[in-house]
Amino acid sequence: MLKKIAIASGKGGTGKTTVSVNLYYFIHKYWTDKVQLLDCDVEEPNDLIFFPEAREKSFNVVNQQVPKIDNSKCTYCRDCVEYCEFNAIVVIPTVKFAEVNASLCHSCGACLHACKHGAMLEYDHKIGEIKKFDLGIGLGLIQGELEIGSSMQTMLIKDVIKEYNPETEIVLMDAPPGTSCPVVTTSADADFILLVTEPTPFGLHDLQLTIELMREIHKPFAVIINKDGIGDGSMEKYLEAEDIEIIGRIAFSKEYAANYATGKILNNLDETQDSFYRNLVMNLKEKLN
Amino acid sequence: MKIVISSEGAEMNSVFDLRFGRAAYFCVYNEESGITEFLKNEHADDQGGAGTKTSEKMVELGVQKVISGDFGPKAKDILERFNIQMVILPDNNRTVGEIIETLKGK
Repeated sequence: MLKKIAIASGKGGTGKTTVSVNLYYFIHKYWTDKVQLLDCDVEEPNDLIFFPEAREKSFNVVNQQVPKIDNSKCTYCRDCVEYCEFNAIVVIPTVKFAEVNASLCHSCGACLHACKHGAMLEYDHKIGEIKKFDLGIGLGLIQGELEIGSSMQTMLIKDVIKEYNPETEIVLMDAPPGTSCPVVTTSADADFILLVTEPTPFGLHDLQLTIELMREIHKPFAVIINKDGIGDGSMEKYLEAEDIEIIGRIAFSKEYAANYATGKILNNLDETQDSFYRNLVMNLKEKLN
Repeated sequence: MKIVISSEGAEMNSVFDLRFGRAAYFCVYNEESGITEFLKNEHADDQGGAGTKTSEKMVELGVQKVISGDFGPKAKDILERFNIQMVILPDNNRTVGEIIETLKGK
């Protein structure tokens, strides 16, 4: 049965991508080959960097429908301007000017409803691309790439999630940092959320926000403490007081950080990592079945 | 000529606002009549598109020159299309009144 796991954090740089990429590899090794990785960090997707032998299989463009004003029909009544929540429409009656700014438009369709003169038309506006990669193992990687300047992250993320292979048993979704719409969109569809954090005051601050979010959207979650051993101990106190499950700890290691910096985390796997991820995979398998 | 100066407040001794789209007020100065009028910027706290909407307002007001600390790309786009001159002043805590005096001195 299909299970979706999102990897989120709140704070950036805690190790979401590291955990996602490793989990993909180890789920393939210890659970099922029908695993797929979705890079939902569409503003800066980078899971691909850790798979130097990846081969692009397909590519498609994602468009949003943006309204366009037909000046021959527009009466410059400004009804559409009043309806637009995003300040995307400029209508200046005195100079007979009417235009939609595509980069502000969220394609909500309100202006089409507002216009009583049939002056609102729609056209395709590119918001990004979805690329699929063969990784040699598993069912591969799907990556969304948002067009620079576009504010349609959530629309693109939803499209990335829709693209998973129907044969997949496990979908891993690498979420963007933060706690706003793109993270909600990535997590909303997940059966379980792994929150990767670091035991510093900064990691704790952002983790608390993310945990509030998870509780609000009623998602089961557990915490992975990455860079374990550094920090001020406040993380442990918080997690204990809140009775939050720590599903794994990855010890802080300069050597590992050096490997990561060369983009080679999957080429230098040692026994410690193997047993860590093996346990994590078994743990997840038990939780999700 | 109508000139607009972005302002932090609604008085002549208010400090010039460095932001255009998110300025608190606009001082509209009519060079011919010498009359000044302060308008509250309704879009100062909008989530997005503040520059677009304030530029729209400038065109509606028939302004020919705007003075501010800087102009964003969306504001620039509209102001340029309607030939409204953009003047950028540095941050030196000048008041709107002082800027108008400078304009009069020209």
